[in-house]
Amino acid sequence: MSAIPMELPEKRSDAAPLSRGRVGMWCLIVAESAIFTIFVAAYIFYIGKSLEGPTPDQILTVPVITTICLLSSSLTMHWATAALRKGNLIMFNLSWITTFVLGAIFLGGTAREWHHLIFQEGFTVNTNLFGTTFYALVGLHASHVAVGLIALGTVAILSLLGKVKAEHAERCEVLALYWHFVDAVWVVVFTVVYGLGR
Amino acid sequence: MKANRSFRRVCSLVLLQVLFASVCAAAQNSALSPTNIFAPASTPARSVFRISSFVLEITGAIFVVVFSLLAYAVIRFRERKGDDEFEPPQVYGSNQMEVAWTILPVLIVIVLFLSTAQVIHRVQDAPPPPDAIHVTVVGHQFWWEYRYVQYGFVTANELHVPVSDPRRPTPTYLALLSDDVDHSFWVPRLAGKTDLIPNHPNSMWIDPYETGVYLGQCAQFCGEQHAKMLIRVYVQTRADFDRWVKEQQQPAASDPSAAAGSALFVTKTCFACHTIRGTAAMGTIGPDLTHLMSRDTIASGTLANTPQNLRAWIRNPDAFKPGSKMPVIDMTDDEASQLTAYLTTLR
Amino acid sequence: MATDSISLPLPEASSRPAIVDWLCTVDHKKIGIMYIVYALLFLVIMGIEATLMRIQLSRPNNTFLSAETFNRLFTMHGTTGIFFVAMPILFGFGNYLVPLMIGARDMAFPRLNAFSFWMTAFGGFLLYASFFAGGPLSQAGSAPDVGWFAYAPLTSPVFSPGHSTDYWTLALLVAGIGSIGGAINFVATILCLRCPGMTLNRMPLLAWMNLVMGGLVLVTISPLTAAQIMLMIDRYMSGHFFDTAAGGSVVMWMHFFWIFGHPEVYVLIIPSFAFISEIIPVFSRKAIFGYPAMVAATTGIGFVSLGVWAHHMFTVGMPSYGNAFFVFTTMLVAVPTGIKIFNWLATMWGGKIRFATPMMFCIGFLFQFLIAGLSGIMLADAPFDWQLSNSYFVVAHFHYVIVGGILFAIFAAFYYWYPKMTGRMLSEKLGRWHFWIFLIGFHLTFDFMHVPGLLGMPRRIYTYEPGRGWEVWNMISSIGVIFQAAGILIFVYNMVHSYFKGAVAGNDPWDAWTLEWATTSPPPSYNFAVVPEVRSRRPLWDIKHPQDPDWKYE
Repeated sequence: MSAIPMELPEKRSDAAPLSRGRVGMWCLIVAESAIFTIFVAAYIFYIGKSLEGPTPDQILTVPVITTICLLSSSLTMHWATAALRKGNLIMFNLSWITTFVLGAIFLGGTAREWHHLIFQEGFTVNTNLFGTTFYALVGLHASHVAVGLIALGTVAILSLLGKVKAEHAERCEVLALYWHFVDAVWVVVFTVVYGLGR
Repeated sequence: MKANRSFRRVCSLVLLQVLFASVCAAAQNSALSPTNIFAPASTPARSVFRISSFVLEITGAIFVVVFSLLAYAVIRFRERKGDDEFEPPQVYGSNQMEVAWTILPVLIVIVLFLSTAQVIHRVQDAPPPPDAIHVTVVGHQFWWEYRYVQYGFVTANELHVPVSDPRRPTPTYLALLSDDVDHSFWVPRLAGKTDLIPNHPNSMWIDPYETGVYLGQCAQFCGEQHAKMLIRVYVQTRADFDRWVKEQQQPAASDPSAAAGSALFVTKTCFACHTIRGTAAMGTIGPDLTHLMSRDTIASGTLANTPQNLRAWIRNPDAFKPGSKMPVIDMTDDEASQLTAYLTTLR
Repeated sequence: MATDSISLPLPEASSRPAIVDWLCTVDHKKIGIMYIVYALLFLVIMGIEATLMRIQLSRPNNTFLSAETFNRLFTMHGTTGIFFVAMPILFGFGNYLVPLMIGARDMAFPRLNAFSFWMTAFGGFLLYASFFAGGPLSQAGSAPDVGWFAYAPLTSPVFSPGHSTDYWTLALLVAGIGSIGGAINFVATILCLRCPGMTLNRMPLLAWMNLVMGGLVLVTISPLTAAQIMLMIDRYMSGHFFDTAAGGSVVMWMHFFWIFGHPEVYVLIIPSFAFISEIIPVFSRKAIFGYPAMVAATTGIGFVSLGVWAHHMFTVGMPSYGNAFFVFTTMLVAVPTGIKIFNWLATMWGGKIRFATPMMFCIGFLFQFLIAGLSGIMLADAPFDWQLSNSYFVVAHFHYVIVGGILFAIFAAFYYWYPKMTGRMLSEKLGRWHFWIFLIGFHLTFDFMHVPGLLGMPRRIYTYEPGRGWEVWNMISSIGVIFQAAGILIFVYNMVHSYFKGAVAGNDPWDAWTLEWATTSPPPSYNFAVVPEVRSRRPLWDIKHPQDPDWKYE
């Protein structure tokens, strides 16, 4: 019966160098990359094709601060997992929570940007092709940040309750992989939306 | 003995060739079907037919070879009674064979690709000569609009083109647009199909060699009555075509005896969707009816164009083509008769 | 390594009722069986849909079904076939067999496995709920009626008011999540959980092919998910992704759909190849010919298949060089496919072929897949395709692949692995009846279906004009349905009857060579009492032939 927990040795005689968690997360990243690629392709294809309404250079301001926050959160995430591997729980907690905060700042900044666009500029998903592709692409990314924050937050709470130890480093690294992926996607989205499109 | 066997082998080969040739000949018979892709009557269809025959020959040869090998293997290497105990020699592979049966197919692919690429270019990129006829085809749910822009009139559902002499071709170029969803213009004996896609103009051309009526229909699912979006192409001599153009260019005939019907055409809101040139009816949602009676069929080929069918159609389109965009208009029997009488004056 | 399994003194597994056990299980074998039973149910349903359509098409201007009902039926038939029959049944067999064949205890993520199954299952239920929504059941309710590829702008709110398109979109979105979860599991399991000694170079071809399939699913289903999110934004939030009035492109939907749609059919055929690759050697009594070439060819097919999608769009007006490019890539993918056919042939060559029912279905597969591949070459030729596209020739071609190829391979898999899953043999006699009757029906329906396509009959039409020369061929195709239905009934009866009355199978009824035959039939929940250790691709051959083991030659 599979009610009996399966204790998989993490290392086996001719074991795969990667843990199954890591392989699984890479698979998820591949699938998500394919989804993002389609949205990016649609965005790029529709650049300049809106029949009316505002264009990117007219209403977009480059989100410098929030981008810096999100990208540095990858650094703090790396510090966090490195610290956990070494067993330095205090450093881990500090860096992990900083990562969370930086991610939350990014999300908050996006929310502010959208609030401004929707309520002050009157620019929505059905304004024109630019509106549809912009909100879809940035929104898809933001939703992935949100999911990441939920996961990060859960681990943070567990850690503050003293349940996260050095032996969980592999699992935290798998989660970190997701976070780095989300950051990498932002590099692409940022370049396409605020660089290429404007 | 040996001579006997090779004689029999030659005989069976000859027989096979004859069989194959007769199947091919039968396949090309346009009496088999008025929409037979193997009975081309226009250059694009003929180019397609030639490359298709080449592909069929190659795939046919591959089929014969591999099928024979498979059949042979299944028969020759079957388990016989009494040899239960041994396992046959285990052969794990052969690099030479892998290379051989990789390289040969790649060569076949290259040959097929090069010959195909030529045909694609020849058909798709053919520039229109200066005396080509140009017609704009607009696809609607579930009928065809034909705009003869250079002649200044619009008609529907039956396309007329002049026959083309292969020595001095006068092709007809069709610009393909759509008013709503995706459609596809397919008249197999004249050309391969090309889609009509909103916001994505396409074009194709035909140069039919013989006069006659060529049939086809919409070939991209476009909604409920996709099946009844039929095409009729009338290929006429140059003289007949010019005469037809002249007739179509005239405004609608005005027959005072049908005044009641013509008034109903307005009060029953038919004018909101249909155009009858020379009258106040200028709707563009449905087919142009200016010369309705010059057509053999109505409802995009669904019904023969007779007064009885016309009357039944305007009474209740849903009885013939449920889902067609023509609404059921409330009218009395008398009104229907008067309207029909009016429509039959639109020659 | 022991071929008998040792019973471990485990605590009594479960006192919970069977239904709860099955609903809550994370055991790959139970999940595999649930996938398979679910798919069989939908196979019968889609057969009924097909029967209704074939009755309507048996005569011109027939009035058995209304236009709208017919349009809903072909949409549901296609959607069901791909997402709720073919994918689940292949995922089911993969789930059951992969851990056993690599000597593992279960899949890498058992709970994700269960989650994936239930997501797929709910997707199917959601899709079929559409029959009971909107209008009456006799008019097929509010089932989607836009064709299984749901081209824009037919799916826009303007042309598809109501919710039928939404059922299509949401059901597939949910099922897609299940597929991606399943794929993650396959890849992680095969890469990380192989038993000691089983290098990638020694694992069964079924494992290789499920690995390639898993990787392919990850990059194949996700474009569809993306496109469906875009469609929902258009339909629910007045977005403009495919809104031509706002300058949007409906050709973009076609690109995105076929970027999913073409590799998807390779997702279906590659696991079918896996069954053939495992069964033919056993019934030819020879090792598979050219194992490395088979691996390379499968991987090659996986990659090349990502670059052929626009051969579904030869008629939409792409520039000539675009069309030419896709002609080339599409014909190219035939090369590794052909290599596999030759390797199977070479496996049989010089062997000792035993015509048990699994092998009969494999041989049927070989002949039919050959034909299907060749009609595919015809379709790959863009000018030929300008005539054949969207006609009954295409319908005949892809049914040749899916029924003549994939379904035959699945039948072979059933007859081969049913003993392992249930401990009973299926009746050989009924198996032969099933094979021959279904074969006749298949050929009646789909051989002759090529002809109307060549004579100009488009697909997706609820009726057709008399006098086009299509009548007799349609009638023959419709008659074939009777035989196919009879074959399926015999098959279902065989499975039910043999479950109770079939001969006891034992561990290894076919004298085969891969690890699943080293444990009991059915296997215990833990699969292997002792973790197996292997030295070659055919561990059981090594045990049965200690003087001549495979590892001496590999």
